[in-house]
Amino acid sequence: MAREKNQSNDQPKVMIIDNVECAINGERNVLEVARHNSIDIPSLCYCENLSIYGGCRICIVEDDKGKIDSACSLKPRAGAKIQTNTPRIQRYRKMILQLLLGSHRTDCATCEMSESCKLQAYCRRYHVDMERFGKNYSDMPIDDSSKCIVRDPSKCILCGLCVRMCDEVQNIHAIDFCHRGKRTYIAPGYNDNIATSKCVGCGQCAAVCPTGALTVKNETETMWHMIQDPNRKVVVQFAPSVRVGLAEQFGMPANEPVTGKLVTALKRLGVDVVYDTNLTADLTIMEESAEFMEKLNSGAKLPMFTSCCPGWIQHVEKAHPHLMPQVSTCGSPMEMMGALIRRQFKEEEVYSVAIMPCTAKKFEAARPELEKDGKRLVDLVLTTQELGRMIKEAGIDFPKLPETEPDTPLGDYTGAGVIFGVSGGVTEAVIRRVLGDASPDTLQTIAECGVRGLDGIKAFEVAAGDLKLRIGVANGLGNADKLIDLVESGKEHFDFIEVMACPNGCIGGGGQPPAMQERKEERFQAIFKEDEACELRIPQQNPALDYAYSLLNNDPHHYLHIIYPDHGDVHHE
Amino acid sequence: MRTKLNNRAEFQAVQAKYEAIHNSANRKILVCCGNGCVSSGSLKLYEEMKNAVEAAGLKCVVELMEEPEKDAVNVKKTGCIGFCEMGPLVKIEPEGWLYTKVQISDIPEIIESTIRNGEFVSRLAYRNAGILAKKQSEIPFYNKQTRRMLNYCGSIDCESIEDYIGVGGYSAAVKALFDMTPEQVVNEVTESGIRGRGGAGFPTGKKWAQVAANKAADVKYIVCNGDEGDPGAFMDGSTMEGTPHKVIEGMIIAGIGCEAEEAYIYVRAEYPLSVSRLGMAIEQATEMGLLGDNILGSGKNFHIHINQGAGAFVCGEGSAMTNSIEGNRGMPRAKLYHQVDVGLYGKPTCLNNVETFANVPDIINHGAAWFKSVGTEGSTGTKAFALTGNVNNTGIIEVPMGITLREVVVGIGGGIKNYQDFKAVQIGGPSGGCLTYEHLDLPLDFDSLKSVGAIIGSGGLVVMDENTCMVDTARFFMNFICKESCGKCTPCREGTTRMKQILENICDGEGTMEDLDELEEIARMMEKSSLCGLGKTAANPVLSTLANFRKEYEEHINEKQCRAGVCQKLSQKVYAINAATCIGCTKCARNCPVEAITGEIKTPHVIDASKCIKCGTCMEGCPAGAIYIENGRKGNVKY
Amino acid sequence: MVKVDYKLIDEILGRYDYDKGNIIAIMQAVQEEYRYLPQAALEYIAEKIGVSMAKIFGVATFYENFSMDAKGKYVIKVCRGTACHVRKSANVLEAVYEATGLNEDKPSTEDGLFTVEIVSCLGACGLAPVVVVNDEVHSKMTPEKAQALISELKEKEDVR
Repeated sequence: MAREKNQSNDQPKVMIIDNVECAINGERNVLEVARHNSIDIPSLCYCENLSIYGGCRICIVEDDKGKIDSACSLKPRAGAKIQTNTPRIQRYRKMILQLLLGSHRTDCATCEMSESCKLQAYCRRYHVDMERFGKNYSDMPIDDSSKCIVRDPSKCILCGLCVRMCDEVQNIHAIDFCHRGKRTYIAPGYNDNIATSKCVGCGQCAAVCPTGALTVKNETETMWHMIQDPNRKVVVQFAPSVRVGLAEQFGMPANEPVTGKLVTALKRLGVDVVYDTNLTADLTIMEESAEFMEKLNSGAKLPMFTSCCPGWIQHVEKAHPHLMPQVSTCGSPMEMMGALIRRQFKEEEVYSVAIMPCTAKKFEAARPELEKDGKRLVDLVLTTQELGRMIKEAGIDFPKLPETEPDTPLGDYTGAGVIFGVSGGVTEAVIRRVLGDASPDTLQTIAECGVRGLDGIKAFEVAAGDLKLRIGVANGLGNADKLIDLVESGKEHFDFIEVMACPNGCIGGGGQPPAMQERKEERFQAIFKEDEACELRIPQQNPALDYAYSLLNNDPHHYLHIIYPDHGDVHHE
Repeated sequence: MRTKLNNRAEFQAVQAKYEAIHNSANRKILVCCGNGCVSSGSLKLYEEMKNAVEAAGLKCVVELMEEPEKDAVNVKKTGCIGFCEMGPLVKIEPEGWLYTKVQISDIPEIIESTIRNGEFVSRLAYRNAGILAKKQSEIPFYNKQTRRMLNYCGSIDCESIEDYIGVGGYSAAVKALFDMTPEQVVNEVTESGIRGRGGAGFPTGKKWAQVAANKAADVKYIVCNGDEGDPGAFMDGSTMEGTPHKVIEGMIIAGIGCEAEEAYIYVRAEYPLSVSRLGMAIEQATEMGLLGDNILGSGKNFHIHINQGAGAFVCGEGSAMTNSIEGNRGMPRAKLYHQVDVGLYGKPTCLNNVETFANVPDIINHGAAWFKSVGTEGSTGTKAFALTGNVNNTGIIEVPMGITLREVVVGIGGGIKNYQDFKAVQIGGPSGGCLTYEHLDLPLDFDSLKSVGAIIGSGGLVVMDENTCMVDTARFFMNFICKESCGKCTPCREGTTRMKQILENICDGEGTMEDLDELEEIARMMEKSSLCGLGKTAANPVLSTLANFRKEYEEHINEKQCRAGVCQKLSQKVYAINAATCIGCTKCARNCPVEAITGEIKTPHVIDASKCIKCGTCMEGCPAGAIYIENGRKGNVKY
Repeated sequence: MVKVDYKLIDEILGRYDYDKGNIIAIMQAVQEEYRYLPQAALEYIAEKIGVSMAKIFGVATFYENFSMDAKGKYVIKVCRGTACHVRKSANVLEAVYEATGLNEDKPSTEDGLFTVEIVSCLGACGLAPVVVVNDEVHSKMTPEKAQALISELKEKEDVR
């Protein structure tokens, strides 16, 4: 694509940044070369997984000829000499930050993003010690319509990360820039409420937003109220990914699960009963693999799609409604645990809470379908971020906590349940269930069959008995659409497709602390550490399964399956 | 229906035929149908002219005929002749006479005297300082120009491909197709030294060579930038509507040199006439087989599509234009790659200005040496300028690069209108700076202007007299930029907003001296940090006026005075009515927006200075010329 | 609120191959028909060419020429380009606003008669100041001429 240049291929390519020799290893821009060589060039609009925007302009650098350019859009060139802190760069960068502050509503003391806000951090780092320009931030109202995220235009710095995430990775494009110049703002078309737009609540926009313009809805007040109510029993379930997202909020390494401390913290907050959603993850596999085998045998239309991801479900409803009949009718592990909790505590007034890595779960919990026998299955969903906040608010010194086991009888789980947190986890668990062999060799073979890893799309074959199953796994809705395209165009056949709306799967959910890819890979490792530490590795070995089924009044289908409107006429045994 | 030409021989035969007809077509009436004259009704004038010729029993010819007829009167629509101040213009051939400000009511006399009896109608002549000019070539506005690119404007029918072929049109494209290799085409353009006429002045041959070097690309594009958005510039518009075939021919040659087969012309929405003339030209060329597949049997394809802009100045920026053509918001792209390597749809793209393409056919036909024979060493060839503002002669001019500002403003422009004093010339639109009295002998070329902190830009030259406030001018341009900023990058979006606010404060008498430092600091930051050319040059008018007219800024701030009398809140001008000459018609009192004028009918009126907002409406409308300005103004320098 | 003719929109879409790359040309054709972009039309187009509402709204609102609101019968464009500015088009604009009772935040009259728009340069600089009413060009305008023009239009429409 580039014009051919005379460059010998055997010499290592090196450029000089801030007088440091920096090796060039195929990075797409100088910004990444610098960061890989421990020079952190700042940026508000750059994300390694998205297209280069070049809008914020605080990543500007100066070359030895005095030319100034943005590092994010500067190609690395061997022999180039770049400075990141010349007097001019410092002056201009500071002024750009001051300009941004001027068009940003600064209420740092009370803002959700305080201490995580990148604008705030850079103002501190670059010693922006005064607000030079008067305020001219947007006076558009806060959009609180969504159950999952909150939009505050007065804090938006128009970096466009949310637009690019929603478009390039999720392929939904629910929001975009409107108008131009100073009148620009980001919104769904016609500035509709986000709730009625194409938005599926995945929260990935909030995950990349550098300021408090897009935040996860904070419902901790409600939780405090319920915990502090002496007449209420609060029962909490927590998802696989929470145990690998919580640690970072307390400065602990991301590659170690913190399950034990998590349970202790919840108990100290005042929660009455703590269950582990991993159990119903196992249960989901039991139900879903049965459903899958039935579809295979009855010649039903394939592929079958997974159903545990609420962002994916909404995406099917809004973009591919005709595919719903092929989506599993199994409820999510959160739904199933909600049902079990209601059945266990029967007439007791129990407040059912789920701690999730996911913003869309807030929407799922409020769906009309998540009601059985006249009762909501889950009353409140809190994200990992919100839990972290509550733990801090309670003055709990998390790293120093002892470990506690989740409560019984709904606290047991196998490794297959834990791995739900990563993309491919559900599928790997299904394969473990179907093959039914927990020997290390088999588990290893399964791990290597192509199902594991954080790639956006995985397609592979698995032999199960005399069946050869073709399986697809996608994380990120854009990748899901690609798989759907392959199927609908007839180019490829799949028997089973797992879709997680969030890149990397739930460990990268909208409710997790926002993180770079490197951190997410550490979380990935943490999940499998917990899996390998489990005594039991395949779902059918979970000793609590019998108890769980016994709660269901001989009608597991009624409690454990959810029929959405687009499912149409779906019959099950 | 035109016949499709299948090979070179057929083209040459047709060319010979039309050349003969063109040469033998003796009597021609050419009605200028450039945008300016059209606005003054020249299309109607044209229709009436045709009717009148027929009514007079004369053979009226509109299109090039098969057999030339003696005594036939060819009535043609021609492209912008350039002297907009004097429009509607009508040219008479073979004499080369030029009639100015022609109205429909003048037609009978033109038919009777000129067409029937071969007599000149003096009443319609151009006069300056009492001297009458019959021919176009006698008028200083014209004889100091070098109309090469615009040579056909005023001599052929702008809507006829036959006329164009008859004067040698498309021979350059044919030569490039059959007698030259792509490398030779690129070399000739490089040798000519032509630099981009859109404003950046990048060597055109070098750009073509860079595109051509991308041998592996499966598709390459030629894009013509017709998004002339600089307020005060309309050269490209005149070129597109006046000589569309030259633009097309230039693009075909670019396609040959760069080995590209698909092309786009992006025309701003405000130029419907350009869109329709270009569309017509493309249709005609396609019909004749000069565009499309397998042009004249050469095996080369070339297709041109027209994209209409939708009202965004920033789309004149290369990567913003590319984004717009692809159906997106017209926002510039981060410059990771150059357009010549990764441009439209990710393919190598050659993006040039209208004027650049329009110069190419002559370069191929007459050679690089011919092109270089005018202009300067660093800026070869001619440049079209739009000369507007407070000059006597406004319009489109084409002059050699290197001509001095004085020669343009005085020699061609005829000096300042209404005997006012010269103050400055704004060159380069909102990206440009101002030239002052000191610069009157500065040659107008890329490098000389750069050395004084100005740019040629696209060619807009707005002449300002002493009644222009330079602070207001800076504010005006900043206001324009604010509205046109795409909003993507922080420096431009936020910087221009702040600068505009500061300038408005200064114009309203609320500025401080610190504001001037702030303006400069923001300007320097924007110049270096903005994403695209719009942001980088947005502060130029401010910096330039600050450098050349700092006193005026200081007067606004410290003395709360606007010496030009423009800034309403600061104007010290006092409007007064001369009781001796006032006829008491009450017109001023009726039109005064703040009812500051009182008086009985047929008695002298009086202006209440405390109410007066100095809008000047009374003075402009007074039939007796009885209203004047007291307290004069601090004089500027005469030219 | 105009009633959208979907068959017409289909015809326009067909002309441009239902290609989302031609979205601007498609919207220009729709606006030529209705003199603005009705929301129903944009929703239909978005669905047919496979883009989101956010995207099509974003493109439409970026460009000055697209109007999201219905325009008056007479669209009065006052040029505020450099040449016109230097020849005092600001005063002409004042006069137009006054005669129509409009301003920058209120571009259209309630009776649907007038819309006033500011344009940056119409390219007829030799005839500055320029005002265009529905494609009819009026050159060398003055505040007086502007007032007279609008009075004339009002009379034509029998409005005071």
